Amino acid sequence: MKIFLFFSQFYRDLKGQKLRTALTTFGILWGTASIVLLLGFSNGMKSSQKKAQHGMGEAIVIIWGGTMSMPYEGNPKGRRIHLHAEDVELLKSQIPEIKYASPENTNWSTTVSYRNEVYVGQVTGSNAEFGVMRNLIPQRGGRYISPKDLEEKRRVAFIGFELKEELFGEEDAVGKTILINQVPFTVIGVMIDKDQNSSYSGRDKTKTFIPYSTFRSMFSRRYLNNIVVKPVVASESEYMRTRINQVLARKYKYNPEDDEALWEWDTTQNDEFFDQLFLGMNVFLGIVGFFTLIVGGIGVSNIMNAVVEERTKEIGIKMALGARASFILTQLLAETLLITFIGGVLGIIFSGVIMKAFPVFELEEYVGTPAISTDIAIFAALLLGIIGFISGFFPARRASKLNPVEALRL
Amino acid sequence: MPLIQMQELNKKYNSGKVSVEALKDINVDVEENEFIAIVGPSGSGKSTLMNIMGCLDAPSSGDYILDGAKVSDLKPNRLADIRNRKIGFVFQNFNLLPYASAYENVELPLIFGGIGPKRRKSRVMELLDRVGLADRAEHKPTELSGGEMQRVAIARALANNPAIILADEPTGNLDSVAGGSIMEIFHELHRDGATLIVITHDRQIANNIPRVIKLKDGLVVDSL
Repeated sequence: MKIFLFFSQFYRDLKGQKLRTALTTFGILWGTASIVLLLGFSNGMKSSQKKAQHGMGEAIVIIWGGTMSMPYEGNPKGRRIHLHAEDVELLKSQIPEIKYASPENTNWSTTVSYRNEVYVGQVTGSNAEFGVMRNLIPQRGGRYISPKDLEEKRRVAFIGFELKEELFGEEDAVGKTILINQVPFTVIGVMIDKDQNSSYSGRDKTKTFIPYSTFRSMFSRRYLNNIVVKPVVASESEYMRTRINQVLARKYKYNPEDDEALWEWDTTQNDEFFDQLFLGMNVFLGIVGFFTLIVGGIGVSNIMNAVVEERTKEIGIKMALGARASFILTQLLAETLLITFIGGVLGIIFSGVIMKAFPVFELEEYVGTPAISTDIAIFAALLLGIIGFISGFFPARRASKLNPVEALRL
Repeated sequence: MPLIQMQELNKKYNSGKVSVEALKDINVDVEENEFIAIVGPSGSGKSTLMNIMGCLDAPSSGDYILDGAKVSDLKPNRLADIRNRKIGFVFQNFNLLPYASAYENVELPLIFGGIGPKRRKSRVMELLDRVGLADRAEHKPTELSGGEMQRVAIARALANNPAIILADEPTGNLDSVAGGSIMEIFHELHRDGATLIVITHDRQIANNIPRVIKLKDGLVVDSL
């Protein structure tokens, strides 16, 4: 009954103060929606960027031969360092911190054809571990290059999904024969569609991947373009790189301190950068949302103050009839919390609707799919609760401390 | 032992540097089942005295003892309980909650007193019946006449069987017919054993009340 009394009086207030109640509720709604939407979009963008970034591979290091910038053991400054296929096995045998390693050679402007369809693109030679490192995942019914393919120098090819479209259209590609520079190859797999926002030699979707051994006998290269390695533990990639430098410096006779003898791209550093960038963004957006909510809270506090003033007489009557201060306090507090709660729920619903409607704008490729995470929801709910309590408590306490005579006199 | 004892009761109001003595050394006892009129010109301290008797205000000095309890020593929650159970108020301007029906207004003291819904319902109907408004239970104050509003207020004052009923100019906003019927109810209550204190300007009303206390400038000048 007490609860009913609260609600019936709250309802009366709502009716009596339509505009102010609506504005206050809207303030809370807007605050909640901005926190939830801002952080939701930021999170969606982060995960889509990360996914696209990992399109090239997750926590991998790419190593190119460079130029010595310090003379070393009789070798002059400016001497070129070239990587060789044997280096992959050397590194793997010497450095236990390496999980996967693969040589990589690329031949540009290679003619790839199937029947009358011709495509001029890149052909990449690698070993079996390359596919795992670089997220070259085969579609159902296909596979990437296997150790056996390498061993037997098989003429097999794994192709990107866009190249498959170009050559085969809707037709099945696996098992068919394509010509690479007029040499027949059997297609063993087609890469699944993936987002890739970074690369060092073009996007994978139009490439043809063949066993490294086959590539070598076909295109006769003395040196590797690069080596791709993946550490056992991502956080140890820096130590792994130091070890790689030591091993290769001994072999190629350069100063291991010389950081231009090899060029390295450590993608774990990108991840760190991205994490920090988005942390910064979340903090910023969180602060913006926080203050929007505070403004809503001030609105609630304002309405409660006004309510107390308007209802002073009513409070006086209730006190004269024997209502305890705690009853009056609880009632006013419950009203504030209800406004806050309704505003918050509407805000979350509003955010949900926006997020649901978002795919209509077809912007996911750029900003990702927004998502409400539990963290955000809990954060917003907590903040709302605190704001509701604070903005309701003080006016309510003021009301309950009124002297009954003074309250009645108004 | 008297129901109410007031001993050397003083009330001062401080507004800035000026201090006004609203009540000076009041010594009044009220026995059970007394019916008292408090009269005096405006500003004589009638309402201040009534507010103190009703535990709505505290005296500046002196003792106010209600039903054996020294009220000036009590904490706010205990005072609220005393207002709820021992005192029934009737105001000049009714002081009904405007959004609530007659029924809901009468129900309020029962809610504050923690009475369960079933007992509340029968009690509210009994009270409305007693003041002759059983058929008006669902009406809002704005749908009632002045006399009817004051009868709702009396029903509300009686809700928890208070030890004393305090009425501050209960007929002040009513025409003579409605006012007469309100006083009739008070006399009935008195015959049934209630203790009543009524502030009034109306000489005729005061003449029908057994005991009259006359206040002037905060002093009791005549107590019969």
